[in-house]
Amino acid sequence: MNIRVSDPAAIEVRDLTVAYRDKPVLWDIDLTVPSGVLMAVVGPNGAGKTTFVKALLDLLKISAGRIRFFGSPYEACRQDIAYVPQRGSVDWDFPTSVLDVVMMGRYGQLGWIRRPGRRERERAREALRRVGMEDFAHRQIRQLSGGQQQRVFLARALVQDARIYLMDEPLQGVDAVTERAIIDLLRELRERGRTLLVVHHDLQTVTEYFDHVMLLNVRRIASGPVDEAFTPDNLRLAYGGRIAFLRSADAAGPSDAIAP
Amino acid sequence: MEQLFSDYTLRMVALGSAVLGIVSGGLGTYAVLRGQSLLGDAISHAALPGIAIAFLLTGGKTPLALMIGAALAGWLATLWIMSVTGTTRIKYDSMLALTLSVFFGIGLVLLTYIRQRAGAAQAGLDTFLFGQASSLVRRDVVTMAVPGGAALLLMALFWKELKLLAFDPEFGRTLGLPMRRVDLFLTALLVVAIVIGLQTVGVVLMSAMIVAPAAAGRQWTDTLWKMVLLSAGFGAAAGVTGAVLSSTGTGLPTGPLIVLCMGVIMVLSLLFAPNRGLAARHLRARRSTGRFQLETVLLDLYALGMQHNDPLRPHPRGAVQAMRAKEVPVDRLLDRLEKDGLVRRAASGWALTDAGLRNVETLKEERT
Repeated sequence: MNIRVSDPAAIEVRDLTVAYRDKPVLWDIDLTVPSGVLMAVVGPNGAGKTTFVKALLDLLKISAGRIRFFGSPYEACRQDIAYVPQRGSVDWDFPTSVLDVVMMGRYGQLGWIRRPGRRERERAREALRRVGMEDFAHRQIRQLSGGQQQRVFLARALVQDARIYLMDEPLQGVDAVTERAIIDLLRELRERGRTLLVVHHDLQTVTEYFDHVMLLNVRRIASGPVDEAFTPDNLRLAYGGRIAFLRSADAAGPSDAIAP
Repeated sequence: MEQLFSDYTLRMVALGSAVLGIVSGGLGTYAVLRGQSLLGDAISHAALPGIAIAFLLTGGKTPLALMIGAALAGWLATLWIMSVTGTTRIKYDSMLALTLSVFFGIGLVLLTYIRQRAGAAQAGLDTFLFGQASSLVRRDVVTMAVPGGAALLLMALFWKELKLLAFDPEFGRTLGLPMRRVDLFLTALLVVAIVIGLQTVGVVLMSAMIVAPAAAGRQWTDTLWKMVLLSAGFGAAAGVTGAVLSSTGTGLPTGPLIVLCMGVIMVLSLLFAPNRGLAARHLRARRSTGRFQLETVLLDLYALGMQHNDPLRPHPRGAVQAMRAKEVPVDRLLDRLEKDGLVRRAASGWALTDAGLRNVETLKEERT
């Protein structure tokens, strides 16, 4: 018999529980993210989306559970994982330039004390070109608009040259043109075999932008390919039936409206 | 009296104060950027019991011993603040206030005890409250310059790690950099910067030397290394001016004078720095209001003209004024536009010129 051992999943989460004081923020989450997918994480406010991403990155203490990336624990493959935090998590009035921020993505590989040099600058410029911000390299970061800030963070993750990208609301507060550009970039990364886990807030665009989805509300409500997991029933479970969600006519499945 | 302050004394005073200003200004930059301005206050107040205990243990006023005592106490206070806020629900600012006053209280009690026990002759420790620059001798300056210089050197070496800590520590952790340790390291540098200033400026006002130079420096630049250099320069300037003023016979304590000098630099920076200064902002706001009003008058003339399907048709001044509130100085605006060649006087009032019409067309594009 020919037993084929399949490659380990890009991200494998088992029984993940995170509690703040006595209150569980994430409860007993199992999730498998296959390699090379573009997965959205959606759920209502306070569902624990950001907490989930931070737990994956070992940025906060987990109460229980096991997390593996390509079969290894986080510490063993840190270099393979890039992080795009929420735009509002830093002070954009900080006295530094766009190019400097993007080069920070290389600090991990540079090692202690060593300064970023010409090679780092070139990689940062290249990343800025890919997000359409090459003309802004020497701009002060406080002069950027929201969409530009978001693209600078994306460029900083690009120079990490990772296999897995964890992104917290990269489309939050960006205009329609920037949103398209970012989505094209995410798809390009997927075409190159990268795995992307993206916290997303706009239910209307999930089917259009993503191929996989996880519905989260403290517990994992559902996960998998969008056409299997992103169903009205699951949405009702995740959002508690409080939303009116209109599926666009061209989306797969029957047209549904969930109303309270 | 003048012989008392020989060149040697003045030179030492100026040198010591310059060292203190450079180090506290340079390292204060990070404290200010990280929103930790008050940590400096807690550290400097917490240093007082350390100074007193070092005095009691060594029985003398050796600068190095006192400085080590101050540094240990300041460092201990910081660790205490960090661990309590990390493990309990007490907020950071409450913890700062609490630590500052408790340590300072212990320091005052110990000072009183020393004064009673050792008599008036040993009351020299009181100068640590408000600082005394005129007592600086070569040994003091060396004791300040060596650790201060080392702290600045370390800051330069770990420049990128410290920058990452100040800008985005969580991202730094995902890169595998031990940001907690970097944080402790930076705090240690800050403790050094504070401790070397205590003899000159005093524990009560030392935090101003951490915060004010950096806050003033921030006004003038958007580049981190320029900000560090500027605040070091501001710190040195204020230190030297204040210390020299204090030791040339005014009899005033040095700390308050240095801080006053720093205050002057700070206020000037707040008011007159290009870009961020209040004056520059005010001018910019006025200029843009002015331009907006001019553009509005142009658009009004155009709109009036279009009612007759002739954008270049003249209209009396009253018609233009009627489009806007009485406060809008239509006469002055029309004169200004005429000077720019955008409108012209006609027999029956004011009309757009061809250049004015072109201007209107680009404006209409911009505003839609």
